[in-house]
Amino acid sequence: MLDLKLYQGREKPTWCPGCGDWGILAAVKNALAELEIPPHRALIVSGIGCGSKLPHYMRVNGFHGIHGRALPIATAAKLANHEMTVLVVAGDGDSYGIGGNHLLHACRRNPDLTHLVQDNRVYGLTKGQYSPTSEKGFFTVTSPEGSVELGFNPLTIALAAGASFVARGFVGDLKHLTGLIVRGVKHKGYALIDILQPCVTFNRVNTYEFYNERVYRLEETDHDPRDRLAALQKTWEWGEQIPIGLFYEEERPTHEEGFPALRLGPLVERGLKPTAEEFAALKAEFL
Amino acid sequence: MAEKIINRLSFKIGGEAGQGVESSGAGFAKALARGGLHIFAYQDYMSRIRGGHNFFQIRVSDRPLYSHTDEIELLLALTTEAVEKHLSELVPGGGVICDEELKLEGGSLAEREVKLFQLPLGKIALEEGGSKVMANTAALGAAAGITNYKLEHLESVIEANFKVKGPQIVQANLAVVRAAYEYARQRYAADFGYELRELAAPKRLVLSGNGAICLGAVAAGCKFLAAYPMTPTTGILEWFAAHASDLGLVFKQTEDEIAAINMAIGAAHMGLRAMCATSGGGFSLMAEALGLAGMTETPIVIVEGQRPGPSTGLPTKTEQGDLLFVLHASQGEFPRIILAPGTAEEAFFAAVRAFNLAERYQCPVIILSDHFLATSLRTVEPDRLKLEDVKIDRGELLTPEELDKITDYKRFRLTETGISPRALPGHPKAVYVATGDEHAEDGRITEEPVLRRRMMEKRMRKLELARRDRELPAPKLYGPQDQDAELTFLAWGSTWGPLREAVERLNSAGERANMLHFSAVWPFPEEAAEALKKAKRLIAVEGNYSGQFARLIRRETGLKVEGLITKYDGLPLSPGYILQRLRELEGVKAGA
Repeated sequence: MLDLKLYQGREKPTWCPGCGDWGILAAVKNALAELEIPPHRALIVSGIGCGSKLPHYMRVNGFHGIHGRALPIATAAKLANHEMTVLVVAGDGDSYGIGGNHLLHACRRNPDLTHLVQDNRVYGLTKGQYSPTSEKGFFTVTSPEGSVELGFNPLTIALAAGASFVARGFVGDLKHLTGLIVRGVKHKGYALIDILQPCVTFNRVNTYEFYNERVYRLEETDHDPRDRLAALQKTWEWGEQIPIGLFYEEERPTHEEGFPALRLGPLVERGLKPTAEEFAALKAEFL
Repeated sequence: MAEKIINRLSFKIGGEAGQGVESSGAGFAKALARGGLHIFAYQDYMSRIRGGHNFFQIRVSDRPLYSHTDEIELLLALTTEAVEKHLSELVPGGGVICDEELKLEGGSLAEREVKLFQLPLGKIALEEGGSKVMANTAALGAAAGITNYKLEHLESVIEANFKVKGPQIVQANLAVVRAAYEYARQRYAADFGYELRELAAPKRLVLSGNGAICLGAVAAGCKFLAAYPMTPTTGILEWFAAHASDLGLVFKQTEDEIAAINMAIGAAHMGLRAMCATSGGGFSLMAEALGLAGMTETPIVIVEGQRPGPSTGLPTKTEQGDLLFVLHASQGEFPRIILAPGTAEEAFFAAVRAFNLAERYQCPVIILSDHFLATSLRTVEPDRLKLEDVKIDRGELLTPEELDKITDYKRFRLTETGISPRALPGHPKAVYVATGDEHAEDGRITEEPVLRRRMMEKRMRKLELARRDRELPAPKLYGPQDQDAELTFLAWGSTWGPLREAVERLNSAGERANMLHFSAVWPFPEEAAEALKKAKRLIAVEGNYSGQFARLIRRETGLKVEGLITKYDGLPLSPGYILQRLRELEGVKAGA
């Protein structure tokens, strides 16, 4: 276990008091410390939204990009330097709305990334519009008569798209969430962790109280995370009872393992110019 | 009959998509190059896999060629439509090679004094090779036979091309090509006024713009290409895919162009020389992330192979309509560099420069190609592309040893030049966040007006520095020096070839004209204004509707370009077209 102070950032978060983002920040730091990954050996790629400012609020390599595009940036960063631990932190709008296409392909490709989705079921930074995970009938400034869209179920989709690690955490159960992140980082491949997170300012439905009354840990049941069908069934459980924990995990070659170029070590550490022989052979193809 | 014309021929293969027009054409072009001849080949195809009309045109000569011509001497017609479409391009004394079963109206050929060379191509393919599929091979053999060209070069290309299909297929194709060659040579060679003769010259590369960019990128250390297939740069993707394992590169085919550019940014942020390749439609999707590269000062290279828009436009044709779009794409203002190589050689060095400039100025660099440059083939002296001439400069990139000594690293340090020394993630002293938000020197988000102003100025200072960079190729003057020329043509990118030939023809005809070609268009070269002011009369030649480059010149120098020769029908500019439009302009001028 590394000293948590190592990850201490210089900036004070601009999140609302009571926002779930605080807990996620703490869980990320705890997990990296527990995994003994120092700040310079980890990269957090984030999107746009309240929660995507997370890398600014701790000490870690960060890339705070544009809305919806954290996954392709992280996928390539991992290909460039596969010895770096890469996490993606982005909200539900970022991961499931504007970046939804990238999610599907990350599931298929299995890059060795841990994707933490700050799922508060509402758009916070733009002040309270409905999001892809808002439930049908959810009232917001842009859905004054209630959202007419069915809420997006990320875990079902991820499983169907071939994700090798599918989990749900709850920011109100920090110890459990930290454990999930640790497992996700240790998992070789794409780990999606959807994190239930109240937005204390704009979501009056999915509150701490709402979740506290409903969540239960899958680890305390006889759920077998190697059973894909059972996992799929669990992803549809939402109501009086909401499962959190590891739904599914399988071992599968990672995206990086599919590239022979990476077998000699991280690409960033390799020389740039081809050898004279290599270049001559390339030219000869055009003769 | 009159004396034969030696080594001066334009040869066209026309047929349906799926008939192998392009592969046959490329093979024949290579066979000519192997015989020491110079070639220029361009292809025109429709956006479909089967049917429609495609052609591949090879011009061959004993001297370097810059462009194709509008007239042809020999047509290899795989369909009746090919004859109908191209008969008007054939010069008197030219010939048409086709299968004897192809239904043709002999009358119109005779009217144009075009000779018909009918051969049992399908029959030869079936009898000698065992399959009608080899009719193309027979046709190439016939073309070589009619022009009395040495068969050995065509044989060597066939061997190389069919090697992967096994020795039986190679032998079958060789038997077909030999039979057709002999048939055509004995029956028709004496009757055709053109002959192709091998020259004792060193072997030359047969290079397209796409191929040259691939070679240049790899020579410059590009290790990462992310792209979504899109004509006309798909060839770059395929080349990288084919060579990735051997050369230790990563080629990633992405779900869309948004992912492609963001992947290039992710890879470049970690320290790779990374590139993406697309056309205007894909570049439209990349616009937002282009700004992200600008704001995070991430060096990336984008190849934009233009084709006619708007929207899907003419997906497999050519145009130069994206200049101002590429120059302005993405919100806000940030430095970018735009290179517009005119030839395959220039494309090679543009790729090398692009990576150096991107890393030196920590900004996106765009190589603006187009369908004509990307897919046309040209013979290039191998010595022109030397690895020793490829100088890699990564700009202000801190080494781990330098970082060890630094106490307070700031990624976006405000410097006089605007360039902030870059550190790659992974060093304990260089832990920072790069962000698309406006940020302070250490990368933290800021909305403080003074800091914002200083950061904007810091980034934009890089553009001023780049403007004076010697690695940015200066505009090049071809033809008589300025004081002697009555007329100066302006060109950028692929217009180089057709215009250069047009200028040569004008000067041979006693007129005094030169051309100023820009292979770097942004930042607008400082010295250009001087060169432009010396010109007596300026005419811009562009493959677009509105004369985008002429407008850029007006904006940057205040100089009005008097004449404009444009083309936006999807076809490339040709020397003949430029001269015809020039005559029309002169007519207007004389009339006024």
